[in-house]
Amino acid sequence: MAVIDLANPTRFLTLVNRVLPWLAALTIVLFAFGLTRAMSAPDDYQQGATVKIMFLHVPAAWLSMMGWGLMSVAALGTLVWRHPLADVAGKAAAPIGAAFTFICLVTGSLWGRPTWGTYWVWDARLTSVLVLFLLYLGVLALYWTAEDPGRGSRAAAVLTLVGAVNIPIIKFSVDWWNTLHQPASILRMGGSAIDPSILWPLLIMAVAFTLLFFALHLAAMRNEILRRRVRSMRIIQAQEVRA
Amino acid sequence: MNLGPHADFIVAAYAVTVFVVAAMVAWVVLDYSAQRRILGDLEERGVTRRSQHKDSR
Repeated sequence: MAVIDLANPTRFLTLVNRVLPWLAALTIVLFAFGLTRAMSAPDDYQQGATVKIMFLHVPAAWLSMMGWGLMSVAALGTLVWRHPLADVAGKAAAPIGAAFTFICLVTGSLWGRPTWGTYWVWDARLTSVLVLFLLYLGVLALYWTAEDPGRGSRAAAVLTLVGAVNIPIIKFSVDWWNTLHQPASILRMGGSAIDPSILWPLLIMAVAFTLLFFALHLAAMRNEILRRRVRSMRIIQAQEVRA
Repeated sequence: MNLGPHADFIVAAYAVTVFVVAAMVAWVVLDYSAQRRILGDLEERGVTRRSQHKDSR
């Protein structure tokens, strides 16, 4: 099957039905492995056992931004090529990205209280991630409330591309402004600042969460394609009743 | 495994994450079965999509 064939929703559904069980199984295995390594990782010399929150918080933060990146590519597909599968991909990614951003905010807050002494500060990193969460809710509102799905999709695609400006702001906020949030310690010039005993479980958990994201995204895309089929069949049914 | 004096925060973080992930999994699974059921009902009533009309010609 050529890659271009996947642009056909029926062929895409066939591929999803074939791939999804394997992807789900691999995700479960990686989570089991990652969580075992995370729970047996040593405590941080400063933060103690609270460093275990990092194994959730950091992957969720990465995926919150990756989700928006994926939606931005899909938005280009919707606005430039008007491909229906691009719109399906964008719509399916929005609630998943919002959920991971929510996990990032809540786990960050629960990590911040024992580490910084506060659940929340209005610093650039925390505020820009909160803005990302609100943007996700805005996109969802456009998708779910638009009377005409086509107009809703185009409006959501425009908001997605405008909101993409926020992604580099999140990434570089800790460098551009003086923040309570620590600067990058994994993806940085000069290599990771984290000890391998903690870094490896973190990377395994990050891969597990990424596979979970893609498994959920494929499943949600399949649901959205079926929902659109239901919608078109209901329109045909209504036209037949009227005729 | 000793989670130290801040065990409540660690347990709460994991509990929230498990709850949100479980909710997402439940959402895609339930939504899939709902869409399949509706499609099955429509097909039983003889409603077909335009592409199926073309295929049958």
